[in-house]
Amino acid sequence: MKLDLALRELHRAENSLAADLLKVADWHKVDHEIYHVARDLARWSQQHVHELAEIGPRYGLHLKDDSEQNSGLLATARNKASELVGHRPEPGLLLLADLRHLYRAAAGVSLDWELLAQGAQAVKDAELLALTKRCHPQSLRQMRWANAMLKVLSPQVLAS
Amino acid sequence: MSLCDRIAKPWGTRTPYGAGETWPTRIDRYLADGVSADQVDQWIQTASVLHSNGDAMDVAVSGDRIVGVRGRGIDRVNRGRLDTKDLFGWQANTAADRLTIPLIRDGNRLVETDWQTAMGRIVQRSNELLEEQGPSALGFYTTGQLFLEEYYTLAVIAHGAIGTNHVDGNTRLCTATAAEALKESFACDGQPGSYSDVDHADVIALYGHNVAETQTVLWMRMLDRLAGPNPPKLICVDPRETPVARAATIHVAPVPGTNVALMNGLLHEIIRNDWVDHDYVAAHAVGYEELAQQVENYPPDRVAQICQVPPEQIRAAARILGTAKRLLSTVLQGFYQSHQATAAAVQVNNIHIIRGMLGRPGAGVLQMNGQPTAENTRECGADGDLPGFRNWANDSHVAELARIWNIEQTQIPHYAPPTHLMQMMRYAEQGTIRFLWISGTNPAVSLPELHRIRSILSRQQLFLVVQDLFHTETTEFADVVLPAATWGEKTGTFTNADRTVHLSDKAVEPPGQARPDLDIFLDYARRMNFRDSTGAPLPAWHDAESAFEAWKRCSAGRPCDYTGITYAKLRGGSGIQWPCTAERPEGTERLYADGQFWSTPDYCESYGKDLITGAPLEPTEYRALNPSGKAVIKAAEYLPPHESPNPDFPFSLITGRTLFHFHTRTKTGRAPQLQAAAPDVWVEMSLKDAAEQSISEGDVVNVKTPRGMIRARVRISGIRDGVVFVPFHYGYWDISDGESADHHRAANELTITSWDPASKQPIYKTAAAAVNWVSTGDGNPAPAPTNTASHPVIAGVPATRGGPTANADEHFTGGAQ
Repeated sequence: MKLDLALRELHRAENSLAADLLKVADWHKVDHEIYHVARDLARWSQQHVHELAEIGPRYGLHLKDDSEQNSGLLATARNKASELVGHRPEPGLLLLADLRHLYRAAAGVSLDWELLAQGAQAVKDAELLALTKRCHPQSLRQMRWANAMLKVLSPQVLAS
Repeated sequence: MSLCDRIAKPWGTRTPYGAGETWPTRIDRYLADGVSADQVDQWIQTASVLHSNGDAMDVAVSGDRIVGVRGRGIDRVNRGRLDTKDLFGWQANTAADRLTIPLIRDGNRLVETDWQTAMGRIVQRSNELLEEQGPSALGFYTTGQLFLEEYYTLAVIAHGAIGTNHVDGNTRLCTATAAEALKESFACDGQPGSYSDVDHADVIALYGHNVAETQTVLWMRMLDRLAGPNPPKLICVDPRETPVARAATIHVAPVPGTNVALMNGLLHEIIRNDWVDHDYVAAHAVGYEELAQQVENYPPDRVAQICQVPPEQIRAAARILGTAKRLLSTVLQGFYQSHQATAAAVQVNNIHIIRGMLGRPGAGVLQMNGQPTAENTRECGADGDLPGFRNWANDSHVAELARIWNIEQTQIPHYAPPTHLMQMMRYAEQGTIRFLWISGTNPAVSLPELHRIRSILSRQQLFLVVQDLFHTETTEFADVVLPAATWGEKTGTFTNADRTVHLSDKAVEPPGQARPDLDIFLDYARRMNFRDSTGAPLPAWHDAESAFEAWKRCSAGRPCDYTGITYAKLRGGSGIQWPCTAERPEGTERLYADGQFWSTPDYCESYGKDLITGAPLEPTEYRALNPSGKAVIKAAEYLPPHESPNPDFPFSLITGRTLFHFHTRTKTGRAPQLQAAAPDVWVEMSLKDAAEQSISEGDVVNVKTPRGMIRARVRISGIRDGVVFVPFHYGYWDISDGESADHHRAANELTITSWDPASKQPIYKTAAAAVNWVSTGDGNPAPAPTNTASHPVIAGVPATRGGPTANADEHFTGGAQ
């Protein structure tokens, strides 16, 4: 059985998505909707990491329970950088690039949840299946958010 | 006939009535000092413009000037009553400091010019930018106080002739969540209920809606029910001890930012006790299971901890809501301007859907708004939406609009949702919006985080046009200032919060060279030489009535159908509720009778959004979710606010309004009776919080947040512990230059830049603040009214009075009283 591999990979990917969401929030603090919503959405990934860690021991895994937090100093530096260039148009392109990255990262996580759900059904692990049903929709919503923000913001960035 | 001091008694004399009876008539009248009724030459028909209630009134004209007002007894909305602001606010029309001549920038000052030069400059800059960058360089930010005809004209110019996606109104600050909540639940905007539901309801629930101050005539109707036989029960959700809270059966005062948790708790109890109309849900709604699952996690004990209210209060309120026979709910800024705005407002709709409380007398939802013509920005597309509640994501809707306007479909931006105001400000900050035309609103006082707003408006790269009645804090930054005519000086129609359309006729000439907003927009269109595909002028109309007729054609077949209304029909009679068609010539009192909705995928205005992320649903997703046009029950989890009290900023800060003022006081601050009733900014604190810092009534304090600081006197009021309130009306135009340079007066120096992801409405009611004592008030109380939510809890504060100049007539007919 290789479910432990799938769990370990998903745990890594969710952790990294949480960190990416927080980083993007800090880089784009003056794009206020990005800042606030990305931080809200990071909470989902942090919760997923927590739940994966809880179920880990059943598959012989000892996964870290707490997801990556924002390092205070780095976050402050990113916030400041964001404010300093806040009146310039160039960060618009960077934001598109960052959203594009988030979309792909969330899509990867979403696929990993799908794999885990398939595996859970094959080994008839109802608890694991329930976990995927709770978390997978939120990965899809993270992905759709990045997609939607790209769609909203790109016309102005590209036309101006 | 009797006299009533309407500053001391804003709601006037009671005319009690019972459930199902007709609300008695009471005609309010106020004439300027020394003017008697027989000196009035003409009474000219109009409706109120200092709030959203749509109270029908007549303006008294003597010679060439307005000398007073009276309510129209024939009208369905107010049956003769007037709001205190309307009794006195008209005096601002004749204020000596009206703008009467166009101004243009000359270095660092504004100088007088003529219309030709001013409009020439606007046209020249428009053309330069269209050439250089295209339509994305131009944005339009309007108000909630122009007329329908003006909004529709602006929408055609912006969406059609120029083809920019950057159009919004300050209705974004007041009504965006109402519209979005309706789009989420019913896939289309449109107020489900009617004010006449007050006559029938056995329970009225008011969510973040201090109706006693925001729509005083609607509150008079509720007070008259409360004073009559079989009064309704009232449920009030508000952190302040408002007049509504004092009259309520249950007053829930949650910590700011926790509305979704509270609503989920109420829904939890309603579902747990099975106070659900399962037949209605099965026949008319989708999404019930998801809601039941979501709210299972919100038992009263958990919700009580989040909201910091007693759990038994949640159970008791849910029991009243769950067992009501005719439930009327109203919602306003306590939800709309708070954290998770749309998610919270949608849960109010959910209570009505799962209880089958829609479309019959007494059973309705009023998702309210704050401004007199806010509804028209939504219908006509001046809030960025496509006119006629058309769906930007539905190509056939865009094609239909292009046919009506006789232009290419590609000319109308529909590749993304319209750019909301806060995003427009961001584009202006980044320098990609380089032309902003502001009409009838004052963002330099009304938007959050004012130091940021000032820095954006003052950018060299931004060409700023401001069209207004007076010099404001915003005109200071303008490149061109256009003097506009106002209510009473121009003709047009507008629609209130319960879909009632009123006509407002011109009573007097505008001062100096001031012109109606409609004429200004049409003048711009002609000078820009906008043409449709046959080469005819775009827009094709030339005055208010021809604009109205054009709008009727645009509204035909859509939910907000005006085709059965004419100026002649509105003149002399009562206002009429849309939809009004040949089949329904008297209009439509309630929407969604018999559980029929406008939500079929091909017809609906919106496919909805994710309530947490704000991401729009794709057409295919919506089609799968709701193929046959039912109501949509949408659940949402509670998320903690984006800024919470902490050791440095221990209080929750909320901002809001008072009965005696409207917006940034450009009008009410120039009406002596209103200005005297609430002359300066104050901050409200609870007795306990004040005592902990040894603060007394009237003491001067600094209120600080990470964004800024203001200085105000303290009113010790019935507000809940841990929360402070500051009214947002006070800016800098009426204090000395020296004082205003510090920027220590406007509440929005303090507020956070953050908005609801679904409705894009800024959040004014969830921030963290500190309060520091500065000096004693020397026994002087705070400059806050005593007969409103800011009533003092300690004895000895002189009561708010108007005196002889605030006496208005009340005329009772039909033997009531």
